[in-house]
Amino acid sequence: MRARYFGPPRVTLRLWQVWRRNFLVWRKLAVTSLLGNLADPMLYMLGLGFGLGSLLPRVDGTPYITFLAAGTVCYSTMNSATFEALYSAFSRMHVQKTWDAILNTPMNLDDIVIAEVLWAASKSLLSGTAILVIILAMGLSHSLLLVWVIPLTILIGLTFGALGLCMTALSPSYDFFLYYFTLVVTPMILLCGVFFPASQLPLLLQHVAAVLPLSHAIDLVRPLVNGEIPERVLMHVLVLAAYAAVGAYLALVLARRRLLT
Amino acid sequence: MLSLRGVRKSYSGNEVVCGVDLELRPGECFGLLGPNGAGKTTTLRLALGLIEPDAGQVELLGFPLPRCGREARLRVGVVPQSDNLDPDFTVFENLLVYGRYFGRADRDIAERIPQLLEFAGLEARADTRIQTLSGGMKRRLTLARALINDPDLIFLDEPTTGLDPQARHLIWERLKRLLGDGKTILLTTHFMDEAERLCNRLAVMDRGRLIAQGSPHELILRYIEPQVVEVYGDGAEAWAQEHGSAMCERSELTGETVFCYTRDGDRVLATLDGRDDLRYLHRRANLEDVFLKLTGRDLRD
Repeated sequence: MRARYFGPPRVTLRLWQVWRRNFLVWRKLAVTSLLGNLADPMLYMLGLGFGLGSLLPRVDGTPYITFLAAGTVCYSTMNSATFEALYSAFSRMHVQKTWDAILNTPMNLDDIVIAEVLWAASKSLLSGTAILVIILAMGLSHSLLLVWVIPLTILIGLTFGALGLCMTALSPSYDFFLYYFTLVVTPMILLCGVFFPASQLPLLLQHVAAVLPLSHAIDLVRPLVNGEIPERVLMHVLVLAAYAAVGAYLALVLARRRLLT
Repeated sequence: MLSLRGVRKSYSGNEVVCGVDLELRPGECFGLLGPNGAGKTTTLRLALGLIEPDAGQVELLGFPLPRCGREARLRVGVVPQSDNLDPDFTVFENLLVYGRYFGRADRDIAERIPQLLEFAGLEARADTRIQTLSGGMKRRLTLARALINDPDLIFLDEPTTGLDPQARHLIWERLKRLLGDGKTILLTTHFMDEAERLCNRLAVMDRGRLIAQGSPHELILRYIEPQVVEVYGDGAEAWAQEHGSAMCERSELTGETVFCYTRDGDRVLATLDGRDDLRYLHRRANLEDVFLKLTGRDLRD
């Protein structure tokens, strides 16, 4: 009985058809969806970058707006996977019953959950890349190392997509997601170095920040934006990958418990 | 086609399916009847391999469930109780995307879609968005979607609930066409006319158990007197008390209506002679009478 919840993932390559279904829906609303994804981080980046940046000296050796741009890549990458895994996946699972329809076919729930994680990561790739294009267009950075940010947006997307799906599998309604934002997303945005270096925080908060996934994402992306090779790359990548793997497994277990009983 | 043997399923100590045995024969339409909460939908989920029974065996198209659910569902079509069509897609896209879940190539699916649309009476609607379809059209599209993989066995969970009479009759006609094509159907319903019209065999389910199985005709013969006289009016209750058990084998009072079940309706009618205050209906017993006798008249909410 319990083994059914905790067993290893059983997926087939056909799970791409679920990814493809989401892509087809997205394509219909691509322009509005992309604008919606970009407007918020862009306003923060430009507003704070120019407004606050003009009052500030260089931060960690770079102009504030460049510093903020690296944070914005990570934060918007996190946000788009998070929104997709929470609100959109919840609609498909609970409101539209799209998952139920798919479960009546030769697909199983593991296929669906993993496809949703991959789809959330695809949304991250899109919005992360869009911010990169803006960084290039504004001349905030022109390092060739920026290319490495693209695969990182996928990794960050997998991490936050998997974590978000855990919440979705637990959630009774859309309102529940507010807790996740208040308790997880907002603290990460404020503690992990999006707007200011985490080293400015009291030591205790720095320790908290150090274990949060967004810190590791920023420690990888910011040096690349500054044209430097990040330190301890392997460790940061492994931490993000571990969050993604454990999150995806937990999301599977929770989804099985919710839907296969 | 499908066999359930001694299948049980509990939720937090509450047994919802309590030892169900069921065997579907190729080409038949089997009806699962029961009041709300009888365990019909849970039985369907078990039969599809979506949930694991606590005890007993389920075999679908020769595959043991839930272990080989994927393989079995490849040849099964499902019409769920509530429509779960993709609201962001057109009619055509709904069918196309659903066909892909079965591993079919786009070209094969696209070739099949026109005949499915014809079957569903939606030929002119291929590019219509789902939100603009009526309830009956959505139901027909859901039925068409269940046929996208040309299944051998079709599960229908209350296929006509919430539809107007025209839409119900159309669905029935289509289901008969599918049976004519040699498909096997398992349907749940709580409409007795639907069951009587479509099903070769049926089972009445109540509180997780199958309490009767057989053809509609057999069930009526076995469980109920052949004739029913329904008597309405203010004086009906007093009339029933006056004539008591002498006039019929069994009678039931519900509100202002007395149901008399009997082998000899004329005896009941004789006692109604000259009673202008009472209206009555003399009819043959039907499946609904069997159902109410077996499951009682209490509400199940």
